[in-house]
Amino acid sequence: MTGPSSIGGLAGLTGLGQADGVPGPSAGRRPSGDHGAEPDLSYGRAPDERLLRAIVQECGEGIVVCDALGVVVMRNAAAAELAPQIVPGRVPASGPAAALLDGQGAEGESREHEHGGRRLLVRRESFGVAHRAWYLRDVSAESARTDALLAERGRTAFLLEAGHRLSASLNLRRCARTAVELAVPFLADTAMVVLPPAGRRQADWLRLSGDDRRLQEGAIALNAAGQVPGLTEALAGFPPVPSRWLDPGQVPGWVLPQGFGPAGHLIVTPLPGNGVPAGALVLARRAGGPAFDEDAETLVRLFAARAGAAISAASLYQEQSATNAILSDDLLPPSLPHLRGVELAGSLRAARQAGLIGGDFYDVYLPGSPAATSGSEGSAGSTGSGASAGSGGSPAEAMVVLGDVCGKGPRAAVLAGQVRHCLRSLLLVEERPERLVPLLNRSLLGSPTPNPYVTLVLATVRAVGDGHLRVGLAVAGHLPPLILRRDGSVHECPARGSMLGALPRTVLTPAEIDLAPGELCLLYSDGITEAFGGPTGRQMYGEQRLKNALAGCAGMPAAAVVERLEQISTDWLGGEVQDDRALLVVRARPRR
Amino acid sequence: MTAPSTASAASAAGLTGADLVRAGEDYLECVGRADEFAAVDLVVDLLRAGADPERLLLELVAPAQRRIGELWAANEWSVAREHGATAVSERAVAAIATYVRPRPTRGRVTVACTDGEYHALPTRLLAEVLRLRGWRVDFLGANVPGPHLITHLHQSGPDVVALGCALATRLPRAHATITACQSAGVPVMAGGGGFGRDGRYARLLGADAWAPTADAAADRLEREGVPALPAVPGALAHLGDEEYTHLRRRRAELLEGAMAALARTYPPVAAYDPQQLEATAEDLGHLIDFLGAALYVDDAPVFTDFVGWTGSVLGARGVTAEALRVGLGVLHDELRDFPRARRMLVQGIEVARITRADQEN
Repeated sequence: MTGPSSIGGLAGLTGLGQADGVPGPSAGRRPSGDHGAEPDLSYGRAPDERLLRAIVQECGEGIVVCDALGVVVMRNAAAAELAPQIVPGRVPASGPAAALLDGQGAEGESREHEHGGRRLLVRRESFGVAHRAWYLRDVSAESARTDALLAERGRTAFLLEAGHRLSASLNLRRCARTAVELAVPFLADTAMVVLPPAGRRQADWLRLSGDDRRLQEGAIALNAAGQVPGLTEALAGFPPVPSRWLDPGQVPGWVLPQGFGPAGHLIVTPLPGNGVPAGALVLARRAGGPAFDEDAETLVRLFAARAGAAISAASLYQEQSATNAILSDDLLPPSLPHLRGVELAGSLRAARQAGLIGGDFYDVYLPGSPAATSGSEGSAGSTGSGASAGSGGSPAEAMVVLGDVCGKGPRAAVLAGQVRHCLRSLLLVEERPERLVPLLNRSLLGSPTPNPYVTLVLATVRAVGDGHLRVGLAVAGHLPPLILRRDGSVHECPARGSMLGALPRTVLTPAEIDLAPGELCLLYSDGITEAFGGPTGRQMYGEQRLKNALAGCAGMPAAAVVERLEQISTDWLGGEVQDDRALLVVRARPRR
Repeated sequence: MTAPSTASAASAAGLTGADLVRAGEDYLECVGRADEFAAVDLVVDLLRAGADPERLLLELVAPAQRRIGELWAANEWSVAREHGATAVSERAVAAIATYVRPRPTRGRVTVACTDGEYHALPTRLLAEVLRLRGWRVDFLGANVPGPHLITHLHQSGPDVVALGCALATRLPRAHATITACQSAGVPVMAGGGGFGRDGRYARLLGADAWAPTADAAADRLEREGVPALPAVPGALAHLGDEEYTHLRRRRAELLEGAMAALARTYPPVAAYDPQQLEATAEDLGHLIDFLGAALYVDDAPVFTDFVGWTGSVLGARGVTAEALRVGLGVLHDELRDFPRARRMLVQGIEVARITRADQEN
């Protein structure tokens, strides 16, 4: 900027700058330096040529002036130092000097040149038709700083992204995959993660190279790990050996992707996990590529720390969820057996959505067989259905239970599992519901679980010929089952009884119903009827709405009835999950 | 849906397009009377005769399912019949899956429906097509709660999640699920009518890929593979006006106000019994939900298409679109501070007016 405005005003008065008839830099552009516009305040006149020469000579920026023929007519001290090849009186016709003064590029624009081991910023200006001047500035130090800054910024961005990506998954393979995806090409031409052997004699690995970015996977025997320099040590968690001490020529072929060519540089570094090594990272760059310098080694160590933490968290999670799966397997609803003449379909929706288990339960027991088939179908709500039986299947003589224990989540699920297990055992000695229920009650009262309150419906299902089913129902403190007749009418089962696990004495009024082909009996939990929601979000679903919905299901297969009722209930809740919900339909198979 | 390549493959197996069309009529007849055995026998017989299982899924089961939806919309089939038919179709698909079980040779895919979504069959078809093409598939079924899906992703570590969404009203949930999957490090391929005919909402909500049909999805995965690292979730700038948020928050209150206003402005409502009133509230609720979805993706056709569809469904049941028009007008008046929603409602009212005019002609 020009100095204070008052001085600028003086400059205008004195008419300085262009006083000697030398044209200034092309019109319309701001002069690069403001000195030319500064007035000589002490004398009130322009400096003479000698003075100007001296000033130019001392300028820190190199200045070269050529005449119309390209002959160098002047160069100052800085220019002589930066480009000694430029000599006054000559035309720099070839070589690096010519390259500097090539006259290319727009006037006034700065261009960078590598010159004599320096980085020069060169700008050209024309003065009239006769003279051109080049301004040379040494920016080597500046650009080195900028390059270092950019590299540092690149590394920081890389580590930020690595942290973000690696912390995403709790899956071991996905974490390892993310690590190699990130490492190539930023760190190396190919990257391999060798996962911790976890007590086995072999270790799994994942590899990616920059050429096709295709993930490759495999396993190596642990004794083969010794072939890779530093790998055994890295897998054991010893500190990494500096890259320059590793001989890339010793790398066995299986480490590098096919067609990779010889490795020029190698890093093998442990992935430090939470206390135990989480495997190792093997990085290779091609022969001829840059070596792993100190900065690169530091970056690799930081990256390995992040990848190691992610992989070891994932291993821990996998281990825990595997244990969890084994423990909770018995608590999931069973897949329903195929019974001749009967369609069975059920659905359980746990309020705790991630765990799938809760206090509602159902089960089916086939007398004479050890237990109902266990395991579950893969669906989220564990919707089971045994309705697809063709001519096969056991004769219809089964006991079905649907119940609800006090509470939610895993604690309730454990009690529900105990009830199912207890019933299975009791069925070995007693099959009559009216005797079974008091036995179960006594067992619950003796249970160490606090408040082992349970409500349930027990239903014995028997085919009685002509496609009819006889269903014996015992209701212990539970919502009475609903019966859908062929004409679409819905009735409540008259059976009643007291809740279990509270009082020593149980009261039970069982009932027996007959289902004609196509008719069904619905067992359900209060999570269905006591769901608050609906259009206003505040209404309870209630038994009447359930009866109306069931009436609309006449003629549907059992699986469709369960799905429709569950859907209506889910819609009613409008996405609010409040309680566990259970539905189980026993339907007499319609005649074909 | 009929790709030329599959057509030639099937004719090599001795099954012409005409055969399939005929079989399709029989099939629709079987599922229409919820005859599970007949439907299963029909597909198994076709498989025994050498039919390509993927063609059966896409050219027999899928068209029948679309037809079932149309028959319900036209009031020719009851809800019960529609549900029974769908359940039987599920069985037929299961039978095809049991009959043909190729060894997995490709990666692992998790297939799931959006939270709250019960139209599982199209997604199930995708799962089976991918299985037939050699993918290892985990099919999680209908109405998959977000937390359950994420737990599954951490445990099984699939290469990609295929997320189905049939109804636009589930798009906000689908968005949350897409973001959650990506945050768990797994890319998402979206599919299903909810994402728009050209998949525009899949792109808007940041899905890593989109495919219009099951075979297109399988082709895409084969051709382009799966993205290694998922996209980084972005934000939807238009939600800054909070119209969607307030509409969701005030849904119950809005519905109550709208029902009261409807009773004042539309005389026939006075004679409705409680069940009819509840059904009306439900219809208005659906309109609000689709309006919400349209606000969420900032695209009026999500709403106006639904208005047109509702008009035709009501028309098939003898209800005049005048009721629809009045209902929309009531919502328009209630939503005073919602300029974006009101513009969409004005367009919806116009659609209802045209539908009514069509009905009268």
